[in-house]
Amino acid sequence: MKSKKWIAMLLAGGQGSRLGELTTGLAKPAVPFGGKYRIIDFPLSNCTHSGIDTVGVLTQYQPLVLNHYVGNGRPWDLDRNFGGVSVLPPYQGKDGGEWYAGTANAVYQNIQYIDHYDPEYVVVLSGDHIYKMDYSKMLQYHVEKGAQATIAVIEVPWSEASRFGLMNTDEENKISEFEEKPAKPKSNLASMGVYLFDWKLLKKYLIEDELDPFSTKDFGKDIIPKILSDGKSLYAYRFEGYWKDVGTVESLWEAHMDLLDDIPGFDLNDPHWKFYAGNANHPPQYISKEAHISQSLVNEGCVVHGNIEHSVLSFNVQVGKNTTIKDSVIMPNVKIGNNVTINNAIIASDICVEDGAEIGSSSPAAEITLIGDAQNISYVATNGKSSVK
Amino acid sequence: MKNVIGVINLVNEKQYLKELTSHRCLSAVPFGGRYRLIDFTMSNFIHADITKVAVFTKEKYRSIMDHLGSGKEWDLDRRNGGLFILPPTHPDELIKGDLQQFHDHIEFFHRSPEDTVVISPGHHVCKMDFQEIVEHHKNSNADITVVYKDFDGEPVDKPIYHKYAIRNDGRVKNIELYTSPEQGESVGLETFVIKKDLLIEIIKTCCENGEYDFLKDGIKANLHHLKVNSYHYKRYFPFIHSISSFYKSNMDFLNPELAQDFFYDTWDIYTKIKHEAPVKYSISSKVSNSLVANGCDIEGTVENSIIFRGVKIRKGAVVKNSIIMQKGEINEGTYIENVITDKQVKITSEQVVIGDSIPRIVKKADVV
Repeated sequence: MKSKKWIAMLLAGGQGSRLGELTTGLAKPAVPFGGKYRIIDFPLSNCTHSGIDTVGVLTQYQPLVLNHYVGNGRPWDLDRNFGGVSVLPPYQGKDGGEWYAGTANAVYQNIQYIDHYDPEYVVVLSGDHIYKMDYSKMLQYHVEKGAQATIAVIEVPWSEASRFGLMNTDEENKISEFEEKPAKPKSNLASMGVYLFDWKLLKKYLIEDELDPFSTKDFGKDIIPKILSDGKSLYAYRFEGYWKDVGTVESLWEAHMDLLDDIPGFDLNDPHWKFYAGNANHPPQYISKEAHISQSLVNEGCVVHGNIEHSVLSFNVQVGKNTTIKDSVIMPNVKIGNNVTINNAIIASDICVEDGAEIGSSSPAAEITLIGDAQNISYVATNGKSSVK
Repeated sequence: MKNVIGVINLVNEKQYLKELTSHRCLSAVPFGGRYRLIDFTMSNFIHADITKVAVFTKEKYRSIMDHLGSGKEWDLDRRNGGLFILPPTHPDELIKGDLQQFHDHIEFFHRSPEDTVVISPGHHVCKMDFQEIVEHHKNSNADITVVYKDFDGEPVDKPIYHKYAIRNDGRVKNIELYTSPEQGESVGLETFVIKKDLLIEIIKTCCENGEYDFLKDGIKANLHHLKVNSYHYKRYFPFIHSISSFYKSNMDFLNPELAQDFFYDTWDIYTKIKHEAPVKYSISSKVSNSLVANGCDIEGTVENSIIFRGVKIRKGAVVKNSIIMQKGEINEGTYIENVITDKQVKITSEQVVIGDSIPRIVKKADVV
């Protein structure tokens, strides 16, 4: 029987409740990003470029958009005869079935899928990070270290360290301690939510964890600590480069702003590492005589008559005359009328902003305004928060 | 539409576009920021639900094969039907005409269960509703329907268009081959609807008699005993037969009303997907009245221009009234006006490149 050296399991079932109305009708990994992508395009494209050709996408919350989008995997070159991408929702078996009760349980319920490919290694990924990572380098490291499990880590500022799951390591990067969001961090090496396991080992722990009535069935909270306490060979792989968790409105906005500098924090346009996306057919964008655009990303299908400053416009966005958009993210298919002002805001897909509306505040201290309901209404800013006119 | 085959006939193409057609066939010439000319006919076919399309290529067809691939982008990778690319079968011999190549691939027609064939060239920039044309053909009980338009293009210096004399009831009275039409005269768009069995009969009979031109030997010669009807096409259709008319028809799309109608209000035009990032505008960019496609990096000034995918326009560069095709690079301090640069052209820094009323062409991959 054929087998795979390694496959990936992509956790895409999360609701992403901290993204507010952006995830009312779709799962977090399906949230649009960067003018043309969805968040899931980043781990999927990373898999393709890393040489992983088999990816199980574990879905649960609002899977319709995601299922349709992932489809047969063709945009990511993952439509393969043996392997490719498979969407894996919870299912019923002989002994009944149940929802995925946690990240570890989601993978546990798909042991059969993984065994079908008989892989030596399994990479577990999450669908809420923006980054460019060659997982094959991590695998090489895993093999060189003789590790049984490897966790990708990134140095974060000490001031923010307590927001993350942190690894304490020895000089050899062997993990000695794992702390989930500690009040007093001893390390600033944060877990990136990218795990690599010897499949035999992971399978054993998944089965054991399933039998533990006190387990929350979570990789970070249960599986990793158990592997660690059993004295298994667990290593930290230090990743250098851009990595951003986009689980909140604020961080999603920040990640977009990181795309805009002349030398951007994160470059979408690397010819050697393209990010692939579905639904990519739109006419070229039209920039009119009245328009001014600076420090911005504008996707195809846009028609721009206004002023765009330090912002991201997704596909099929129309911007009327004498309208100013600054430090904002406009998601796909948004229509913005004339004489509109938008500052520090995220406008969700399919919204129609009427003439003269004012959204968001230009004050640097203002919170990010999220307009997330697909309704034909106009907004006026009051103290940086929006209300219906 | 069930029962209809689409044929894209590249056999009669002429190399009107000089350097742009020196290494590719006419239908593969880039157009409108992200398309190739053939995309329009391909998209019109799929819009009419014609899901079996055969492309008869003549020469220099590497780029068209690369572009069309499996036909997936036009939804033509099908178990039944789909895309067929049918190149010349005897590459050493001169092709005598389109009927010869149809004859060489007659098996394709024999095997197809469909009963009607729509034949179109591959370089027309238009939104032609083939469903309506086929219905018009069937309702009029015609043997053949030809599509024509009132000529409104730039004057032609060579006799290249075929004029139709049309009766009041729409029947074609006469066909005058190879003319230089005046404004308003009825000019054939080399687009036909015909019953498959009749097409096969014409192919066989003509080739047996050493006749190889579908319009001349298949239609004109049979005007007296076949019912040849006409369809009067009236929507936007640029006659592209020179660099100047090619340039002008690209620039037509800077008219927001035409662009709105063509790209948004009617059906989609599909093309090969390149997975380019959105356009990046820097703090120094100034863009006005232009079409820009993805993958571009714009730091300089762009006015009244069409910028294709993956173009870099560096700081201080000025691009006016120009067409910059894929992966072009216009470097610091360079000034460009009335120029068409083919794919992968690099204009080094501090250059001045200016065309006159007929745009200057910079050849593919040239460095200036």
